[in-house]
Amino acid sequence: MLAPFATHAQTDCLSCHGDATIKDDSGHNIGVDGQKFSASIHGSLKCNDCHADIKDYPHPEHLAPVECSKCHSDEQDKLKGSVHADGKEHPCTSCHGDAHSIFPKADPRSAVYPLNVPATCGKCHGDSGEGRKHGLSSVLPNYMDSIHGFALSKEGLLVAANCQSCHGSHGILSHTNPASPTFKANIPKTCGSCHAKIDMDYEDGAHGKAIAAGKMKAPVCTDCHTAHAILQPTESAFRMQSTPICGSCHKDKLSTYRDTFHSQLGSLGGYVETARCWDCHGAHKILPASDPSSPIAPANLVVTCGRCHAGANASFVRYQPHANAHDRKLNPALYFVRLFMNLLLASTLTFFVIHTILWLVRARYDQIKKKSAEGDHHA
Amino acid sequence: MPDSVQTTRTSAPEQATGNRHFARFTAAQRTMHAVLFSTFLGLAATGLPLRFSESIWARGLAKFVGGFGAILFFHKFFAIALTIAFLVHVKDIFQRALVKREKGVFWGATSMVANWKDVKDIFAHMRWFIGLGQRPKFDRYAYWEKFDYWAVFWGMIVIGFSGYAMWFAPFFAHFLPGWALNAVLVIHSEEGLLAILFIFSIHFVNTHLRPDSFPMDMVIFTGVESEEEFKHKRPLEYQRMVAEGKLESRLAEKPQKWFVNFSRIVGFLAISVGLILLILTLTAYFG
Repeated sequence: MLAPFATHAQTDCLSCHGDATIKDDSGHNIGVDGQKFSASIHGSLKCNDCHADIKDYPHPEHLAPVECSKCHSDEQDKLKGSVHADGKEHPCTSCHGDAHSIFPKADPRSAVYPLNVPATCGKCHGDSGEGRKHGLSSVLPNYMDSIHGFALSKEGLLVAANCQSCHGSHGILSHTNPASPTFKANIPKTCGSCHAKIDMDYEDGAHGKAIAAGKMKAPVCTDCHTAHAILQPTESAFRMQSTPICGSCHKDKLSTYRDTFHSQLGSLGGYVETARCWDCHGAHKILPASDPSSPIAPANLVVTCGRCHAGANASFVRYQPHANAHDRKLNPALYFVRLFMNLLLASTLTFFVIHTILWLVRARYDQIKKKSAEGDHHA
Repeated sequence: MPDSVQTTRTSAPEQATGNRHFARFTAAQRTMHAVLFSTFLGLAATGLPLRFSESIWARGLAKFVGGFGAILFFHKFFAIALTIAFLVHVKDIFQRALVKREKGVFWGATSMVANWKDVKDIFAHMRWFIGLGQRPKFDRYAYWEKFDYWAVFWGMIVIGFSGYAMWFAPFFAHFLPGWALNAVLVIHSEEGLLAILFIFSIHFVNTHLRPDSFPMDMVIFTGVESEEEFKHKRPLEYQRMVAEGKLESRLAEKPQKWFVNFSRIVGFLAISVGLILLILTLTAYFG
């Protein structure tokens, strides 16, 4: 009598499937690398623990898809509520890699090992990924050029934020979902899970208080730092890009800042030393001048200005970094100085432009007349 | 050189027929003009990118000058050079007037100071533009030349003072009211803009590009001009020289060919740079 088919024996299955070239009738490769599989996290499982519809040999020609949820039900539940709920488009293997060589996430061979996560997500969320077909932007290049991406890919810092540090893994939610860690109101806490001190400062500052009070127009971390292309704040590229970001809300402050030497020299590119918004106002714990602990509180101005201007004194800090030369009520003296200069410029040029044009016409006329007179004379 | 041109040559007949040349500017005056226009071009080229820092060409021009860091350095460098030239000039004037007791520095036909004739000349000149009268006869310095001079003189004081007030703001803050610390930038940039627009359009045309002098009045480079030019442009001074019998003392050598050519190249270069800066200014101002 034939011994009962040893369903648990990988070797039995591998006697056929160990051939790397084996194909099914529709041409799909159905070979399995036995060595790799036995080293993987599922290496101790029997083949039909997953391929559960195999009871005997010979087994049916067509097998049901493997249900990972049989064991991983928690993950399956989370996935069902997530943006990746569609199992056909997002099978487990799309992130975890080849089904027969899945490794624990702490193993460098794993597709979800921290250093491998960006490339794994980037398969869809990169320049040529499927995500673009759904109208999603390509975020992988931005991330890779960011300070996080740099720390991860160049330094191999396991603590550097990768995709799932902010978005989660199985239960990824849209940023429009209030339960998502990337929902606007939750972003300070999400970033704060690593940047704890900055989060504390932020919560104490005007923007943090506004968000806490439900004023959602106030900026959170990503409004200034962006979500993926986060730059080192001391880099000139960041210093160049962020003043307009503050100005997108504080429009009047941006326009008066543009009138100052701080802006003029700073706009010429890369000149990191000239004051940008946060050099005076602080970056995270931004407080109004009426708050004694604010860097722009009158009592602190000598110190704040003095950080750049050696010799700053009480008279020096009477300078108004946001004076408006077009506001007669707020800055009357400056208003009239500007008006006088504008009038001087306009009147001088108007007079002399008219004077010069008339002169040119007359002189040319005389010249031509004289020439034709000479011509007549010679003729 | 006007001091050395006091020639003993008699006026030979062919010289009398119009080949003669007369000195107008001293070497020191011509040098002053050269220092003035080269530092001014430098100040304009390094100041405009700051004034129009949001314009499309500002970063490129800043890069061309040597980057954002170099731009301030060069601006301050040219500022110091121009300040020294200004102080030397003021010293010269007082030395001529008070030490050498030279007459006509502060008043009279040879002075830069405006007088009643200049006012009359302005109106007469403009009447001539539109065909309502004779062209007025000008003396050593015509009213637009005096205006150029005083515009630069006033401009240097205003731009210079406001510039140094920004450069040494913590120090100047001791004397200036608070609003003035803001006002100095407005003054500096508007007066600078006026100077740039004025010099690169009005001065260029009035002095160099107008038909009488086109394409360039070489007298500021060579120091001498032909008798014909002298008579035509400044008939009163010419007549006065003749009447006082001083005409001969102003006789000068015709400038050397190489020096004229060299001056032309320098002059055209300066005018070209000025016109480019003028176009950039206008595109930024109206762009």
